[in-house]
Amino acid sequence: MAFIDYYKVLGLAKAATENDIKKAYRKLARKHHPDLNPNDKGANVKFQQINEANEVLSDPDKRKKYDEYGENWKQADQYENAKQQQGAYGGNPFGNRGQQEYSGEAGGEHFSDFFESLFGNRTSGGARNSQVKYRGQDYNTELHFTLRDAAETRQQTLSVNGKNVRITVAAGIANGQVIKLKGHGGPGTNGGPAGDLYITFIITEDSTFKRTGNDLNTTIEIDLYTAVLGGEVTIDTLSGKIKLKVKPETQNGTKVRLKNKGFPVYKKEGEAGDLIITYSVKIPIGLTEKQKELFRELSVS
Amino acid sequence: MKEELFAISEFCIIHDIDPSFINSLENEGLISITFFNEEKFIEEAQLHELEIFTRWHHDLGINIEGIDAIRNILEKLRQVQAEINMLKIKLSNYETTA
Repeated sequence: MAFIDYYKVLGLAKAATENDIKKAYRKLARKHHPDLNPNDKGANVKFQQINEANEVLSDPDKRKKYDEYGENWKQADQYENAKQQQGAYGGNPFGNRGQQEYSGEAGGEHFSDFFESLFGNRTSGGARNSQVKYRGQDYNTELHFTLRDAAETRQQTLSVNGKNVRITVAAGIANGQVIKLKGHGGPGTNGGPAGDLYITFIITEDSTFKRTGNDLNTTIEIDLYTAVLGGEVTIDTLSGKIKLKVKPETQNGTKVRLKNKGFPVYKKEGEAGDLIITYSVKIPIGLTEKQKELFRELSVS
Repeated sequence: MKEELFAISEFCIIHDIDPSFINSLENEGLISITFFNEEKFIEEAQLHELEIFTRWHHDLGINIEGIDAIRNILEKLRQVQAEINMLKIKLSNYETTA
């Protein structure tokens, strides 16, 4: 655990006035506030640091303690421990860390170890829960599926705040698609409603199929002779292997569209996109002298 | 399903804001207020946005006009991000996987 220079975080000198701190905080918060930087985890982390710095420096008592102990935070730690052991309300000797386990990235309320060693654990305090005053916090989480998993409707159980939530994910869900579960976020305070849970689906890439909307693309290698003379190939689809006729004189890069053999359409039972096959013609290698001779004959025929 | 209503007076007390802020938001068309027995309420579906606007105002010192502008730009940003994601997926079809 390292010392954090809160003045540096806010770009201030140690002599900064209350007004300087407020101005610096607002300026940086406007830049890095998670509301203004959707889906930017880097900004989120930065905002937490700014927030923490502001929490300390804008509070005269905390600032005093920080200025006094700051770099010698270890002593402050011991001081805190001693105080806790003496005090009649010394608190839970095991700490409150256990309460911190919410699922997903609740974001926003994380304090550094340095902060906690200087000012104690923040999970039970609530003094600074500026984010949750009424409506509960929204939670965000991710579910990772393979492409083949996403092609089937499946039941999924999530653990949210120690409660199990069962959801049905319909076949055909898209990469990056978000599902909202109303009321499954953090609890509200002061009689406010609970927040929502947002689940983002991440579909990992498949080695065989590339997905564009509801269509699937795949590349099939055929040998030169099949391409020239025509023939048959066996190909993989999501619903199993099928045989496909290859027309004579098929060019390299030719595309064939197989209707309804693509990805299932989300929440439209029985509908599917197309499977688009691109033929890649393999040119034979390691030819014998005899074979080369035959090609030469062909080339002048 | 019927939406739950939340009293604006209570919201203002909890968030320590002046009710005129909520009125200005309504005037700019950023939220809509429901009247019931002459008291002002807000629907649950709008509560999330109202809290976001309140944070911008309270924590960041942004005025109503600024809130409206930011809201529009964020909406555009979301659209652009969605488009980038789609393009990335399309592009991956042309990239050879190592």
